[in-house]
Amino acid sequence: MSLHGHVPPEPDLVQLLTPEGVRVSHPDFPLDISDDEIQALYRDLVLVRRFDAEATALQRQGELGLWASCLGQEAAQVGAGRALRTQDMAFPTYREHGVAWCRDVDPLTLLGMFRGVSLGGWNPNENNFNLYTIVIGAQTLHAVGYAMGVTRDGAVGTGEPDRDTAVLTFFGDGASSQGDVNEAMIWAAAGNLPVVFYCQNNQWAISEPVERQSKVPLFQRSAGFGFPGIRIDGNDVLACLAVTRMALDEARSGQGPTLIEAYTYRMGAHTTSDDPTRYRLSDELETWRLRDPIERVRAYLIRQAGAGQDFFDELEAESEALAVRVRAGCRALQDPSPLSVFDGVYAEMTEELAEQKAGYAEYLASFEDGAHQIDEPVASS
Amino acid sequence: MAELKDFKLPDVGEGLTEADILRWDVAVGDSVVVNQVLVEVETAKAAVELPSPFAGVVTQLHYPEGATVEVGRPIISIRVGAGELPAQPDQPVQPDVRPVGGPTSSGPDASPAGGSAAGRPGSAEELIPALPADGSADQPAGDATSPKREAVLVGYGVAGERGRRRRRTTSELAPSANDAFGVHPPATALSAAPRQVAAKQAEGPAAFENPLTFENPASIDNPASFENLDVLAKPPVRKLAKTLGVDLFRVAPTGPNGTISRNDIQEAAQRQPDARTDGRPGRAPTGGETRVPIKGVRKHTAAAMVASAFTAPHVTEFVTVDVTAMMELRDRVSARREFRDLKVSPLLFVARALLWAAGRTPIINSHWDADSGDIVIKHYVNLGIAAATDRGLIVPNIKSAQSMTLLELATAIGALTDTARAGRTSPADMAGGTITITNVGVFGVDTGTPILNPGEAAIVAMGAIRRQPWVVGEGADERIEPRWVTQLAVSFDHRSVDGQQGSQFLADLAALLHDPGLAQL
Repeated sequence: MSLHGHVPPEPDLVQLLTPEGVRVSHPDFPLDISDDEIQALYRDLVLVRRFDAEATALQRQGELGLWASCLGQEAAQVGAGRALRTQDMAFPTYREHGVAWCRDVDPLTLLGMFRGVSLGGWNPNENNFNLYTIVIGAQTLHAVGYAMGVTRDGAVGTGEPDRDTAVLTFFGDGASSQGDVNEAMIWAAAGNLPVVFYCQNNQWAISEPVERQSKVPLFQRSAGFGFPGIRIDGNDVLACLAVTRMALDEARSGQGPTLIEAYTYRMGAHTTSDDPTRYRLSDELETWRLRDPIERVRAYLIRQAGAGQDFFDELEAESEALAVRVRAGCRALQDPSPLSVFDGVYAEMTEELAEQKAGYAEYLASFEDGAHQIDEPVASS
Repeated sequence: MAELKDFKLPDVGEGLTEADILRWDVAVGDSVVVNQVLVEVETAKAAVELPSPFAGVVTQLHYPEGATVEVGRPIISIRVGAGELPAQPDQPVQPDVRPVGGPTSSGPDASPAGGSAAGRPGSAEELIPALPADGSADQPAGDATSPKREAVLVGYGVAGERGRRRRRTTSELAPSANDAFGVHPPATALSAAPRQVAAKQAEGPAAFENPLTFENPASIDNPASFENLDVLAKPPVRKLAKTLGVDLFRVAPTGPNGTISRNDIQEAAQRQPDARTDGRPGRAPTGGETRVPIKGVRKHTAAAMVASAFTAPHVTEFVTVDVTAMMELRDRVSARREFRDLKVSPLLFVARALLWAAGRTPIINSHWDADSGDIVIKHYVNLGIAAATDRGLIVPNIKSAQSMTLLELATAIGALTDTARAGRTSPADMAGGTITITNVGVFGVDTGTPILNPGEAAIVAMGAIRRQPWVVGEGADERIEPRWVTQLAVSFDHRSVDGQQGSQFLADLAALLHDPGLAQL
């Protein structure tokens, strides 16, 4: 046996609901969940997908500059999102529409940045859901910094369920190669911080397959940093919920960080600017289509939980209503005033900035038609 | 009151300025719902489908397939809401520019749409000048295509195409002069009984009595008259019509409010075999038909095949050969360690044999350069392998295959086919081929008469390799044995390759496959 000849065994994939919709138990990760709760998760999944589809359409209609679809990753996001407690903090990438949904961020608000009318759109402290982070992997450092703060606040390991706080940070397989993510893991381990690294391995970093980035399954990376790692079926909302819940519990109780690799698949393009048919095979897409995160829950609800057609019909109507609201709401999003750019720089505006703002207002007012002139789009030919 | 909405080409990819129209999924007169895919466009970044922002009826496609459109230009107009359109003198309704299925008219002397313009110089010539002076008076400046050109671009005569889309007649399909020109009845006839339609036409304005003037711009510009061209039918009914190959414009509506019912479609479909006896093309009695636009790889293939077939005089020769020795060699090679990850197929040995045989008959690997008046004999072989892909036939080639070892050749063939199947073959992979193999055997057929890849002098077809009875031995030892037998065919360009040379090449090819040891010579 040579060192380089050693092949580690194929990793175990925690799964509690098979692609065929059959509940299976896992000795280490029991999940006590009622059928009503599963039905509620199903509703989340369906509404998130409908919203995401509508946003994609809005981009194709010229209403959004860009959209990053979460198609195929709904279970990974909803499972993790529903594992959070109110006081926990989530740090998303720019694709966590399902987590935003679970944190009660209005879907319409998410569209502001993609429409170019806001620089974020929501107050991260209201829903304990940080702003979307475009810089790849940077949010893992923000999360670790936040977890350091939680530790200094003494909000870890007190045993008070409403006080102990965990931080959940999201990133993708591509970001796992970033320095930021690796630094974040080093700091998290060194400080035994209450942070859960939640990697949605959707197999493709834009056009780069994950095998080209990592010679080991991503979850095994955590061993090198000194905390546990686990791979879960990212298309199984129950596995995502059970394992994330356990990891967050352990973080809150002071046992330190965990890396979760939610093994999933990006069914759509990286963003609306991308054409995945240029770099991946339709065979692969078909394989993953059979593992759809929503279909398996639907199958379970119909066969095992006895969900009636009424439930599905009502949900269908609800999702259409959501789509209509999102469509109309998106078109109605207001362009920001030119002066608003000054308001979000500091918590309290400095004197110098206030002067600049006043100066700019004066400049805008110098146009004959008033400040609105600056808002006129440049006339196209 | 209805409203006309334009869908402007969005920037679908962060900073793009233009896109090409790849495919229209809707035609003028179609009802569309929100988010229904209207069109596929291709930008520098991606090919994407654009969903409709509006629900309504398509009144105009502003660009034909293949056109390049600037971001921000209206590409489609959709009438939203019920009722009449407000008069919009600046928005004349242009004809449908899309070739969709179905014959164009019902007159006894009708010809297919493409022919009606060409075949009727009188009408077509008069119609075209009748459009606004430059054919694009109402188009924005700098618009790439004029209405006239749009219609011609997609291969349909102006008059015939307009007539087909605008027509609305009865199920009786009564032939008349007007029908041939696709005259549509006036507004009030829409839901009227057939006889009333005829009456209306008879007493209608002069424009309807004289087919040559019906395309007068004034009538085109009249939104009210356009309004009446719509067929009222629910989407499932439209789908049924499409499936059965029934043109909605030819169906008499019996449903409420002048709508076409499912029954109307089925009855019309029943009648179609009769309607077909006048010799018009294209209607299957049952089961409908599918029209696949000729574009992309198919279009390229067609052009290349026609050019080749009518440029180079083809000669095809055949040979049947016992390749048992080759199959045994194949087994031995595939068992070797260095080939463990490779597909060792008969194609590999045919390729190898071709390279050997081409070395003995160099003229087979040449190019007829008509421009310079030379026959260019290549000292390298860029070996083309015809590959069937989802997109159609493509022929990528292996560069400088003549100097490859068997292992290199196997690797190259594997890479080439994988790339082709994945749809990632680059233009460079397909350029510069010098000779081609087409493996029709994989489809289970024995042989064929292949057409030369343009610019090349020879193409080899390999057929299925089967166990067949074969006479072996001589004299008293003569007997019949089951052997691996196949057929080979070679087509060559008879301008440059004589029969003796082509035959020599094929015989060498067969000989090496029969006895691979000959390569030692």
